Amino acid sequence: MLRLTIDNITVEVEEGTTILNAARKIGGKIVPPAMCYYSKLKGSGGKCRTCLVKIANTSEMDPRPIPKLVPSCSTLVQNGMVVENTISEQVLKERKAITEFLLINHPLDCPVCDQAGECDLQNLSYEHGLEETRYEEERREFAPIDIGEKIKLHMNRCILCYRCVYTAEQIINERVHGVLYRGDKAEISTFVENFVENDFSGNIIDVCPVGALTDRTFRFKSRVWFTNPMDAHRNCEKCSGKVALWMFGDDVYRVTGRKDKYNEVEEFICNECRFEKKKTSDWIIEGPRKINRTSVISQNHYEKLTKQSIINPTEGKTEQQE
Amino acid sequence: MNKLTNKSKLVSDKQMTLSEKLYLPAIFKGMIITFSHLFKKKVTIQYPEQTKEFAEIYRGKHVLKRDDEGRERCTACGLCALACPAEAITMIAAERKKGEEHLYREEKYAATYEINMLRCIFCGLCEEACPKEAIFLTKEIVPSSFERQDFIYGKDKLVESVDNRIDVSKRQTAEVLEFKKNKNFKHNK
Repeated sequence: MLRLTIDNITVEVEEGTTILNAARKIGGKIVPPAMCYYSKLKGSGGKCRTCLVKIANTSEMDPRPIPKLVPSCSTLVQNGMVVENTISEQVLKERKAITEFLLINHPLDCPVCDQAGECDLQNLSYEHGLEETRYEEERREFAPIDIGEKIKLHMNRCILCYRCVYTAEQIINERVHGVLYRGDKAEISTFVENFVENDFSGNIIDVCPVGALTDRTFRFKSRVWFTNPMDAHRNCEKCSGKVALWMFGDDVYRVTGRKDKYNEVEEFICNECRFEKKKTSDWIIEGPRKINRTSVISQNHYEKLTKQSIINPTEGKTEQQE
Repeated sequence: MNKLTNKSKLVSDKQMTLSEKLYLPAIFKGMIITFSHLFKKKVTIQYPEQTKEFAEIYRGKHVLKRDDEGRERCTACGLCALACPAEAITMIAAERKKGEEHLYREEKYAATYEINMLRCIFCGLCEEACPKEAIFLTKEIVPSSFERQDFIYGKDKLVESVDNRIDVSKRQTAEVLEFKKNKNFKHNK
Protein backbone atom coordinates (compact mmCIF):
# COMPACT_ATOMS: atom_id res chain seq x y z
CA MET A 1 0.00 0.00 0.00
CA LEU A 2 1.18 3.51 -0.84
CA ARG A 3 0.40 6.58 1.18
CA LEU A 4 -0.37 9.84 -0.55
CA THR A 5 -1.75 13.21 0.47
CA ILE A 6 -4.12 15.16 -1.74
CA ASP A 7 -5.08 18.62 -0.52
CA ASN A 8 -4.01 17.71 3.02
CA ILE A 9 -6.12 14.54 3.02
CA THR A 10 -4.11 11.36 3.36
CA VAL A 11 -5.26 8.15 1.72
CA GLU A 12 -3.75 4.70 1.25
CA VAL A 13 -3.98 3.15 -2.19
CA GLU A 14 -2.63 0.12 -3.95
CA GLU A 15 0.42 0.24 -6.12
CA GLY A 16 -0.30 1.18 -9.72
CA THR A 17 -3.14 3.54 -8.90
CA THR A 18 -3.25 6.88 -10.65
CA ILE A 19 -3.57 10.12 -8.69
CA LEU A 20 -7.03 10.72 -10.17
CA ASN A 21 -8.31 7.37 -8.98
CA ALA A 22 -6.80 7.96 -5.55
CA ALA A 23 -8.61 11.31 -5.43
CA ARG A 24 -11.83 9.59 -6.44
CA LYS A 25 -11.31 7.20 -3.57
CA ILE A 26 -11.45 10.21 -1.25
CA GLY A 27 -14.26 11.79 -3.25
CA GLY A 28 -15.81 15.20 -2.87
CA LYS A 29 -14.53 18.47 -4.18
CA ILE A 30 -10.87 17.56 -4.37
CA VAL A 31 -11.40 15.22 -7.34
CA PRO A 32 -9.86 16.83 -10.43
CA PRO A 33 -12.26 17.14 -13.37
CA ALA A 34 -11.61 14.79 -16.27
CA MET A 35 -12.81 15.29 -19.80
CA CYS A 36 -10.95 12.49 -21.56
CA TYR A 37 -10.20 9.90 -18.88
CA TYR A 38 -12.81 7.15 -18.62
CA SER A 39 -12.24 4.48 -16.01
CA LYS A 40 -13.93 1.79 -18.12
CA LEU A 41 -11.71 2.39 -21.13
CA LYS A 42 -8.12 1.21 -21.11
CA GLY A 43 -5.55 3.73 -22.23
CA SER A 44 -7.88 6.71 -22.06
CA GLY A 45 -6.69 9.92 -20.50
CA GLY A 46 -3.82 12.31 -20.93
CA LYS A 47 -5.43 14.25 -23.75
CA CYS A 48 -7.51 17.07 -22.30
CA ARG A 49 -5.20 18.28 -19.49
CA THR A 50 -8.05 19.43 -17.26
CA CYS A 51 -6.94 17.08 -14.51
CA LEU A 52 -3.50 18.68 -14.10
CA VAL A 53 -2.32 18.75 -10.49
CA LYS A 54 0.74 20.03 -8.70
CA ILE A 55 3.10 17.60 -7.05
CA ALA A 56 4.72 19.29 -4.09
CA ASN A 57 6.56 16.20 -2.97
CA THR A 58 7.42 13.46 -5.45
CA SER A 59 7.93 10.64 -2.97
CA GLU A 60 9.37 9.72 0.37
CA MET A 61 12.78 9.01 -1.19
CA ASP A 62 12.78 12.13 -3.36
CA PRO A 63 11.07 15.04 -1.62
CA ARG A 64 11.53 17.48 -4.48
CA PRO A 65 8.51 19.01 -6.23
CA ILE A 66 7.92 18.34 -9.91
CA PRO A 67 8.48 21.67 -11.70
CA LYS A 68 5.56 21.28 -14.12
CA LEU A 69 2.00 20.23 -13.41
CA VAL A 70 1.26 16.60 -14.21
CA PRO A 71 -1.93 15.00 -15.56
CA SER A 72 -3.38 13.15 -12.59
CA CYS A 73 -5.21 10.59 -14.76
CA SER A 74 -2.00 9.08 -16.08
CA THR A 75 0.49 9.70 -13.27
CA LEU A 76 1.02 6.83 -10.88
CA VAL A 77 1.07 7.32 -7.15
CA GLN A 78 4.37 7.00 -5.30
CA ASN A 79 4.74 6.43 -1.60
CA GLY A 80 4.72 9.67 0.39
CA MET A 81 3.58 11.78 -2.55
CA VAL A 82 2.03 15.15 -1.71
CA VAL A 83 -0.43 16.41 -4.32
CA GLU A 84 -2.08 19.81 -4.46
CA ASN A 85 -5.23 20.27 -6.45
CA THR A 86 -7.76 22.83 -5.26
CA ILE A 87 -5.44 24.40 -2.70
CA SER A 88 -2.88 25.37 -5.32
CA GLU A 89 -3.34 28.72 -7.05
CA GLN A 90 -1.23 27.56 -9.96
CA VAL A 91 -3.43 24.55 -10.66
CA LEU A 92 -6.61 26.60 -10.65
CA LYS A 93 -5.05 29.21 -12.89
CA GLU A 94 -3.84 26.66 -15.41
CA ARG A 95 -7.15 24.82 -15.32
CA LYS A 96 -8.81 28.08 -16.23
CA ALA A 97 -6.43 28.44 -19.16
CA ILE A 98 -7.07 24.84 -20.27
CA THR A 99 -10.80 25.46 -20.18
CA GLU A 100 -10.31 28.50 -22.34
CA PHE A 101 -8.28 26.41 -24.77
CA LEU A 102 -10.94 23.71 -24.95
CA LEU A 103 -13.53 26.36 -25.70
CA ILE A 104 -11.51 28.04 -28.45
CA ASN A 105 -13.16 26.13 -31.23
CA HIS A 106 -16.31 25.20 -29.35
CA PRO A 107 -19.30 26.81 -31.05
CA LEU A 108 -21.11 27.69 -27.79
CA ASP A 109 -24.39 26.54 -29.25
CA CYS A 110 -25.66 25.16 -25.95
CA PRO A 111 -29.21 26.45 -26.62
CA VAL A 112 -29.34 24.12 -29.63
CA CYS A 113 -27.22 21.25 -28.35
CA ASP A 114 -28.94 18.14 -26.98
CA GLN A 115 -26.17 17.53 -24.46
CA ALA A 116 -26.81 20.80 -22.60
CA GLY A 117 -27.66 20.12 -18.99
CA GLU A 118 -25.55 16.98 -18.72
CA CYS A 119 -22.45 18.21 -20.48
CA ASP A 120 -19.03 17.85 -18.88
CA LEU A 121 -17.68 20.83 -20.75
CA GLN A 122 -20.57 22.98 -19.54
CA ASN A 123 -19.86 21.95 -15.97
CA LEU A 124 -16.16 22.56 -16.40
CA SER A 125 -16.58 26.03 -17.87
CA TYR A 126 -19.20 26.88 -15.28
CA GLU A 127 -16.64 26.21 -12.61
CA HIS A 128 -13.41 27.25 -14.27
CA GLY A 129 -14.27 29.18 -17.42
CA LEU A 130 -14.20 32.83 -18.25
CA GLU A 131 -17.42 34.77 -18.54
CA GLU A 132 -16.75 35.73 -22.12
CA THR A 133 -14.48 34.65 -24.91
CA ARG A 134 -11.30 36.45 -25.82
CA TYR A 135 -11.03 34.56 -29.08
CA GLU A 136 -11.45 36.75 -32.14
CA GLU A 137 -10.47 34.48 -35.01
CA GLU A 138 -12.83 32.35 -37.04
CA ARG A 139 -13.75 29.11 -35.30
CA ARG A 140 -13.15 25.94 -37.28
CA GLU A 141 -16.36 24.66 -38.74
CA PHE A 142 -17.58 21.31 -39.97
CA ALA A 143 -21.00 20.36 -41.24
CA PRO A 144 -22.85 17.94 -38.96
CA ILE A 145 -22.93 14.44 -40.40
CA ASP A 146 -24.84 11.25 -39.65
CA ILE A 147 -22.57 8.41 -38.71
CA GLY A 148 -24.77 5.39 -38.85
CA GLU A 149 -28.51 5.63 -38.83
CA LYS A 150 -28.89 6.60 -35.19
CA ILE A 151 -25.89 8.78 -34.37
CA LYS A 152 -25.28 12.40 -35.27
CA LEU A 153 -21.78 13.84 -35.25
CA HIS A 154 -21.25 17.54 -34.69
CA MET A 155 -17.54 17.86 -35.21
CA ASN A 156 -17.70 21.56 -34.20
CA ARG A 157 -18.34 20.58 -30.61
CA CYS A 158 -15.71 17.85 -30.38
CA ILE A 159 -12.79 18.36 -28.01
CA LEU A 160 -10.84 15.36 -29.35
CA CYS A 161 -10.84 13.36 -26.14
CA TYR A 162 -10.60 10.07 -28.07
CA ARG A 163 -13.07 8.37 -25.72
CA CYS A 164 -15.26 7.22 -28.60
CA VAL A 165 -12.26 5.83 -30.42
CA TYR A 166 -11.29 3.76 -27.38
CA THR A 167 -14.90 2.63 -26.99
CA ALA A 168 -14.92 1.50 -30.57
CA GLU A 169 -11.71 -0.40 -30.10
CA GLN A 170 -12.47 -2.01 -26.75
CA ILE A 171 -16.24 -2.40 -26.62
CA ILE A 172 -17.32 -2.61 -30.22
CA ASN A 173 -14.27 -4.68 -31.31
CA GLU A 174 -14.45 -3.47 -34.88
CA ARG A 175 -13.45 0.12 -35.14
CA VAL A 176 -14.68 1.90 -38.21
CA HIS A 177 -14.19 5.45 -37.07
CA GLY A 178 -11.23 7.36 -35.80
CA VAL A 179 -9.42 10.64 -35.76
CA LEU A 180 -8.29 11.82 -39.17
CA TYR A 181 -5.75 14.54 -39.95
CA ARG A 182 -3.63 16.26 -37.36
CA GLY A 183 -3.46 19.31 -35.13
CA ASP A 184 -6.02 21.98 -35.83
CA LYS A 185 -7.51 19.97 -38.70
CA ALA A 186 -8.05 16.80 -36.67
CA GLU A 187 -11.57 15.45 -36.83
CA ILE A 188 -13.50 12.36 -35.85
CA SER A 189 -14.76 10.59 -38.91
CA THR A 190 -15.69 7.22 -40.27
CA PHE A 191 -13.53 5.57 -42.85
CA VAL A 192 -16.64 5.07 -44.93
CA GLU A 193 -19.48 7.36 -43.94
CA ASN A 194 -22.57 5.64 -42.52
CA PHE A 195 -20.67 2.62 -41.38
CA VAL A 196 -20.95 2.56 -37.57
CA GLU A 197 -23.33 -0.36 -37.29
CA ASN A 198 -22.36 -2.58 -34.45
CA ASP A 199 -24.61 -3.76 -31.63
CA PHE A 200 -22.76 -1.60 -29.14
CA SER A 201 -21.95 1.41 -31.31
CA GLY A 202 -24.47 3.58 -29.45
CA ASN A 203 -22.18 3.69 -26.45
CA ILE A 204 -20.02 6.29 -28.16
CA ILE A 205 -22.91 8.69 -27.45
CA ASP A 206 -22.72 7.98 -23.74
CA VAL A 207 -18.96 8.33 -23.45
CA CYS A 208 -18.83 11.62 -25.35
CA PRO A 209 -18.22 14.35 -22.76
CA VAL A 210 -19.65 17.04 -25.03
CA GLY A 211 -22.49 17.12 -27.56
CA ALA A 212 -20.37 15.95 -30.49
CA LEU A 213 -22.02 12.54 -30.65
CA THR A 214 -25.73 12.64 -30.00
CA ASP A 215 -28.69 10.32 -30.32
CA ARG A 216 -30.64 10.99 -33.51
CA THR A 217 -33.77 9.37 -32.08
CA PHE A 218 -33.71 12.02 -29.32
CA ARG A 219 -32.59 14.87 -31.54
CA PHE A 220 -34.29 18.12 -30.48
CA LYS A 221 -37.14 16.17 -28.89
CA SER A 222 -36.86 17.77 -25.49
CA ARG A 223 -34.31 19.40 -23.27
CA VAL A 224 -32.66 17.05 -20.81
CA TRP A 225 -34.07 18.85 -17.76
CA PHE A 226 -37.66 18.50 -18.92
CA THR A 227 -37.41 14.72 -18.93
CA ASN A 228 -37.62 12.46 -15.91
CA PRO A 229 -34.77 10.02 -15.42
CA MET A 230 -35.90 6.56 -14.30
CA ASP A 231 -34.02 3.37 -13.59
CA ALA A 232 -35.36 0.48 -15.64
CA HIS A 233 -34.33 -2.91 -16.90
CA ARG A 234 -35.39 -5.58 -19.36
CA ASN A 235 -34.22 -9.01 -20.32
CA CYS A 236 -31.74 -8.46 -23.05
CA GLU A 237 -29.63 -11.17 -24.66
CA LYS A 238 -26.88 -8.85 -25.74
CA CYS A 239 -26.33 -6.65 -22.70
CA SER A 240 -27.26 -6.43 -19.04
CA GLY A 241 -30.42 -4.49 -19.92
CA LYS A 242 -29.93 -2.10 -17.03
CA VAL A 243 -30.55 1.40 -18.34
CA ALA A 244 -31.73 4.87 -17.45
CA LEU A 245 -34.93 5.94 -19.17
CA TRP A 246 -35.53 9.63 -19.80
CA MET A 247 -39.29 9.91 -19.68
CA PHE A 248 -41.67 12.70 -20.55
CA GLY A 249 -45.03 11.84 -19.05
CA ASP A 250 -45.57 8.22 -20.07
CA ASP A 251 -43.34 8.41 -23.12
CA VAL A 252 -39.79 7.18 -23.22
CA TYR A 253 -37.83 9.89 -24.99
CA ARG A 254 -34.36 8.50 -24.61
CA VAL A 255 -32.52 5.49 -23.25
CA THR A 256 -28.96 5.77 -21.94
CA GLY A 257 -26.67 3.80 -19.72
CA ARG A 258 -26.74 4.51 -16.01
CA LYS A 259 -24.16 7.17 -15.33
CA ASP A 260 -22.37 7.55 -12.01
CA LYS A 261 -21.30 10.78 -10.39
CA TYR A 262 -18.30 11.10 -12.67
CA ASN A 263 -20.62 10.84 -15.67
CA GLU A 264 -19.32 7.40 -16.59
CA VAL A 265 -21.72 4.63 -17.50
CA GLU A 266 -21.93 1.72 -15.09
CA GLU A 267 -22.58 -0.80 -17.84
CA PHE A 268 -22.48 -0.44 -21.58
CA ILE A 269 -25.81 -1.16 -23.23
CA CYS A 270 -26.66 -2.48 -26.65
CA ASN A 271 -28.23 -0.58 -29.53
CA GLU A 272 -31.48 -2.51 -29.37
CA CYS A 273 -32.09 -1.29 -25.82
CA ARG A 274 -30.92 2.19 -26.65
CA PHE A 275 -32.64 2.95 -29.91
CA GLU A 276 -35.51 0.53 -30.43
CA LYS A 277 -37.22 0.04 -27.10
CA LYS A 278 -39.04 3.34 -26.78
CA LYS A 279 -42.23 2.08 -25.20
CA THR A 280 -42.94 2.00 -21.49
CA SER A 281 -44.23 -1.56 -21.88
CA ASP A 282 -40.79 -2.72 -23.01
CA TRP A 283 -39.30 -1.90 -19.63
CA ILE A 284 -39.66 -2.82 -15.99
CA ILE A 285 -39.34 0.53 -14.25
CA GLU A 286 -37.54 0.44 -10.91
CA GLY A 287 -37.99 4.04 -9.84
CA PRO A 288 -36.66 7.55 -10.27
CA ARG A 289 -32.94 8.06 -10.49
CA LYS A 290 -31.18 10.10 -7.84
CA ILE A 291 -30.17 13.41 -9.33
CA ASN A 292 -27.79 15.75 -7.62
CA ARG A 293 -29.69 18.69 -6.20
CA THR A 294 -27.28 21.12 -7.82
CA SER A 295 -27.93 19.71 -11.29
CA VAL A 296 -30.26 21.53 -13.64
CA ILE A 297 -32.04 18.22 -14.22
CA SER A 298 -33.36 18.34 -10.67
CA GLN A 299 -35.21 21.58 -11.47
CA ASN A 300 -38.96 21.25 -11.12
CA HIS A 301 -38.58 17.63 -10.06
CA TYR A 302 -39.97 17.36 -6.62
CA GLU A 303 -38.99 14.80 -4.06
CA LYS A 304 -41.12 13.87 -1.14
CA LEU A 305 -39.42 14.47 2.17
CA THR A 306 -40.65 12.77 5.28
CA LYS A 307 -40.70 14.69 8.50
CA GLN A 308 -37.52 13.28 9.97
CA SER A 309 -35.44 13.73 6.85
CA ILE A 310 -32.85 16.45 6.57
CA ILE A 311 -31.06 17.94 3.64
CA ASN A 312 -27.32 17.79 3.80
CA PRO A 313 -26.20 20.91 1.89
CA THR A 314 -22.62 19.78 1.38
CA GLU A 315 -23.62 16.53 -0.29
CA GLY A 316 -26.80 17.77 -1.90
CA LYS A 317 -28.62 14.62 -0.96
CA THR A 318 -31.57 13.89 1.18
CA GLU A 319 -30.55 11.88 4.18
CA GLN A 320 -32.79 9.84 6.36
CA GLN A 321 -32.26 10.44 10.03
CA GLU A 322 -32.34 7.44 12.25
CA MET B 1 -43.59 41.77 34.80
CA ASN B 2 -41.69 43.24 31.88
CA LYS B 3 -43.65 44.46 28.93
CA LEU B 4 -42.82 42.77 25.68
CA THR B 5 -43.17 46.00 23.67
CA ASN B 6 -43.72 49.65 24.44
CA LYS B 7 -46.74 49.69 22.12
CA SER B 8 -49.08 47.92 24.49
CA LYS B 9 -51.91 49.88 26.05
CA LEU B 10 -53.87 49.30 29.21
CA VAL B 11 -57.57 48.70 28.61
CA SER B 12 -60.12 50.44 30.78
CA ASP B 13 -63.92 50.29 30.81
CA LYS B 14 -64.68 53.83 31.95
CA GLN B 15 -68.18 55.23 31.50
CA MET B 16 -68.87 57.44 28.43
CA THR B 17 -69.70 61.08 29.04
CA LEU B 18 -73.05 62.55 27.91
CA SER B 19 -71.68 64.11 24.72
CA GLU B 20 -70.05 60.84 23.83
CA LYS B 21 -73.31 59.00 24.50
CA LEU B 22 -75.09 61.24 21.97
CA TYR B 23 -72.64 60.18 19.22
CA LEU B 24 -73.52 63.34 17.24
CA PRO B 25 -70.16 65.15 17.57
CA ALA B 26 -68.34 62.06 16.31
CA ILE B 27 -70.76 61.70 13.37
CA PHE B 28 -70.23 65.35 12.36
CA LYS B 29 -66.50 64.97 12.65
CA GLY B 30 -66.58 62.02 10.29
CA MET B 31 -68.84 63.78 7.80
CA ILE B 32 -66.50 66.80 7.69
CA ILE B 33 -63.63 64.52 6.73
CA THR B 34 -65.71 62.90 3.98
CA PHE B 35 -66.96 66.26 2.67
CA SER B 36 -63.46 67.75 2.59
CA HIS B 37 -62.40 65.00 0.15
CA LEU B 38 -64.77 66.40 -2.49
CA PHE B 39 -62.38 69.30 -2.96
CA LYS B 40 -59.19 67.26 -3.12
CA LYS B 41 -57.48 65.91 -6.27
CA LYS B 42 -59.02 62.65 -7.54
CA VAL B 43 -56.82 59.56 -7.37
CA THR B 44 -58.91 57.53 -9.81
CA ILE B 45 -59.30 57.92 -13.56
CA GLN B 46 -62.27 57.14 -15.79
CA TYR B 47 -61.06 53.95 -17.47
CA PRO B 48 -61.52 53.09 -20.37
CA GLU B 49 -62.15 56.67 -21.60
CA GLN B 50 -59.00 57.75 -19.86
CA THR B 51 -55.89 55.59 -19.63
CA LYS B 52 -52.82 55.94 -17.54
CA GLU B 53 -49.47 56.08 -19.20
CA PHE B 54 -47.41 52.96 -18.71
CA ALA B 55 -43.84 52.99 -17.49
CA GLU B 56 -41.25 52.44 -20.21
CA ILE B 57 -40.37 49.09 -18.76
CA TYR B 58 -43.91 47.88 -18.05
CA ARG B 59 -44.10 44.11 -18.16
CA GLY B 60 -47.13 43.07 -20.20
CA LYS B 61 -47.82 40.56 -22.94
CA HIS B 62 -44.82 38.73 -24.34
CA VAL B 63 -43.45 39.03 -27.83
CA LEU B 64 -41.23 36.59 -29.68
CA LYS B 65 -38.82 38.73 -31.64
CA ARG B 66 -37.48 38.27 -35.14
CA ASP B 67 -33.99 39.32 -36.14
CA ASP B 68 -33.10 42.01 -38.69
CA GLU B 69 -33.65 39.61 -41.58
CA GLY B 70 -37.06 38.57 -40.29
CA ARG B 71 -36.05 35.16 -38.99
CA GLU B 72 -37.38 33.90 -35.68
CA ARG B 73 -34.80 34.25 -32.98
CA CYS B 74 -36.19 31.59 -30.65
CA THR B 75 -34.29 28.32 -30.77
CA ALA B 76 -36.43 26.44 -28.25
CA CYS B 77 -33.61 26.05 -25.75
CA GLY B 78 -36.11 25.81 -22.91
CA LEU B 79 -34.34 28.22 -20.59
CA CYS B 80 -37.40 30.49 -20.34
CA ALA B 81 -39.54 27.54 -19.34
CA LEU B 82 -36.88 26.53 -16.83
CA ALA B 83 -36.65 30.00 -15.35
CA CYS B 84 -40.42 30.46 -15.22
CA PRO B 85 -41.53 30.31 -11.59
CA ALA B 86 -45.15 29.74 -12.59
CA GLU B 87 -44.37 27.01 -15.15
CA ALA B 88 -46.41 28.87 -17.72
CA ILE B 89 -44.26 28.20 -20.77
CA THR B 90 -44.19 25.01 -22.83
CA MET B 91 -42.58 24.37 -26.17
CA ILE B 92 -41.85 21.67 -28.68
CA ALA B 93 -38.71 21.97 -30.74
CA ALA B 94 -38.19 20.94 -34.32
CA GLU B 95 -35.26 20.74 -36.68
CA ARG B 96 -34.90 23.32 -39.40
CA LYS B 97 -35.07 21.75 -42.82
CA LYS B 98 -33.17 22.79 -45.90
CA GLY B 99 -34.78 25.82 -47.49
CA GLU B 100 -36.11 27.19 -44.23
CA GLU B 101 -33.02 29.21 -43.43
CA HIS B 102 -34.89 32.45 -44.09
CA LEU B 103 -37.54 31.54 -41.49
CA TYR B 104 -35.50 30.38 -38.53
CA ARG B 105 -32.19 31.59 -37.33
CA GLU B 106 -30.72 28.43 -35.81
CA GLU B 107 -30.85 24.81 -36.85
CA LYS B 108 -33.45 24.19 -34.17
CA TYR B 109 -36.62 26.19 -33.71
CA ALA B 110 -39.80 26.16 -31.64
CA ALA B 111 -42.50 24.35 -33.57
CA THR B 112 -45.02 25.21 -30.89
CA TYR B 113 -44.48 27.75 -28.16
CA GLU B 114 -47.24 28.37 -25.68
CA ILE B 115 -47.59 30.69 -22.72
CA ASN B 116 -50.49 30.23 -20.36
CA MET B 117 -51.34 33.82 -19.49
CA LEU B 118 -53.46 32.71 -16.55
CA ARG B 119 -50.39 31.17 -14.99
CA CYS B 120 -47.95 33.88 -16.00
CA ILE B 121 -47.12 36.37 -13.28
CA PHE B 122 -45.28 38.76 -15.63
CA CYS B 123 -42.08 38.66 -13.62
CA GLY B 124 -39.83 38.89 -16.68
CA LEU B 125 -37.52 36.04 -15.72
CA CYS B 126 -38.06 34.43 -19.13
CA GLU B 127 -36.69 37.55 -20.74
CA GLU B 128 -33.72 37.50 -18.42
CA ALA B 129 -33.00 33.83 -19.09
CA CYS B 130 -33.22 34.06 -22.88
CA PRO B 131 -29.76 33.67 -24.44
CA LYS B 132 -30.98 34.64 -27.89
CA GLU B 133 -32.85 37.87 -27.05
CA ALA B 134 -35.95 36.25 -28.45
CA ILE B 135 -38.58 36.85 -25.81
CA PHE B 136 -39.47 40.24 -24.39
CA LEU B 137 -42.32 41.63 -22.36
CA THR B 138 -44.15 44.53 -23.99
CA LYS B 139 -46.37 47.38 -22.89
CA GLU B 140 -49.42 45.64 -24.30
CA ILE B 141 -51.80 44.15 -21.76
CA VAL B 142 -53.40 40.73 -22.02
CA PRO B 143 -57.14 41.22 -22.67
CA SER B 144 -59.70 39.47 -20.53
CA SER B 145 -61.85 36.68 -21.87
CA PHE B 146 -64.58 34.26 -20.83
CA GLU B 147 -62.82 31.08 -21.96
CA ARG B 148 -59.76 29.62 -20.31
CA GLN B 149 -58.59 28.34 -23.68
CA ASP B 150 -58.27 31.93 -24.91
CA PHE B 151 -55.47 32.59 -22.46
CA ILE B 152 -53.11 30.01 -23.90
CA TYR B 153 -51.13 32.09 -26.33
CA GLY B 154 -49.45 30.20 -29.14
CA LYS B 155 -46.94 31.34 -31.68
CA ASP B 156 -49.68 32.99 -33.74
CA LYS B 157 -50.23 35.56 -31.01
CA LEU B 158 -46.69 35.82 -29.67
CA VAL B 159 -44.41 36.11 -32.71
CA GLU B 160 -44.17 39.65 -34.01
CA SER B 161 -45.12 40.21 -37.62
CA VAL B 162 -42.35 40.99 -40.08
CA ASP B 163 -43.79 44.36 -41.11
CA ASN B 164 -44.97 45.54 -37.74
CA ARG B 165 -41.99 45.30 -35.42
CA ILE B 166 -42.35 45.91 -31.71
CA ASP B 167 -39.74 48.17 -30.20
CA VAL B 168 -38.17 46.61 -27.12
CA SER B 169 -35.06 48.77 -26.92
CA LYS B 170 -36.24 50.19 -23.63
CA ARG B 171 -36.22 46.74 -22.10
CA GLN B 172 -32.72 45.95 -23.20
CA THR B 173 -30.23 46.68 -20.49
CA ALA B 174 -26.92 48.42 -21.08
CA GLU B 175 -25.15 45.08 -20.76
CA VAL B 176 -27.31 43.51 -23.43
CA LEU B 177 -26.77 46.35 -25.84
CA GLU B 178 -23.03 46.20 -25.21
CA PHE B 179 -23.11 42.45 -25.84
CA LYS B 180 -24.92 43.00 -29.12
CA LYS B 181 -22.09 45.19 -30.38
CA ASN B 182 -19.57 42.40 -29.81
CA LYS B 183 -18.96 40.87 -33.20
CA ASN B 184 -17.02 37.96 -31.73
CA PHE B 185 -20.27 36.13 -31.35
CA LYS B 186 -21.58 34.57 -34.48
CA HIS B 187 -25.18 35.48 -33.86
CA ASN B 188 -24.26 39.18 -33.73
CA LYS B 189 -22.67 39.14 -37.16
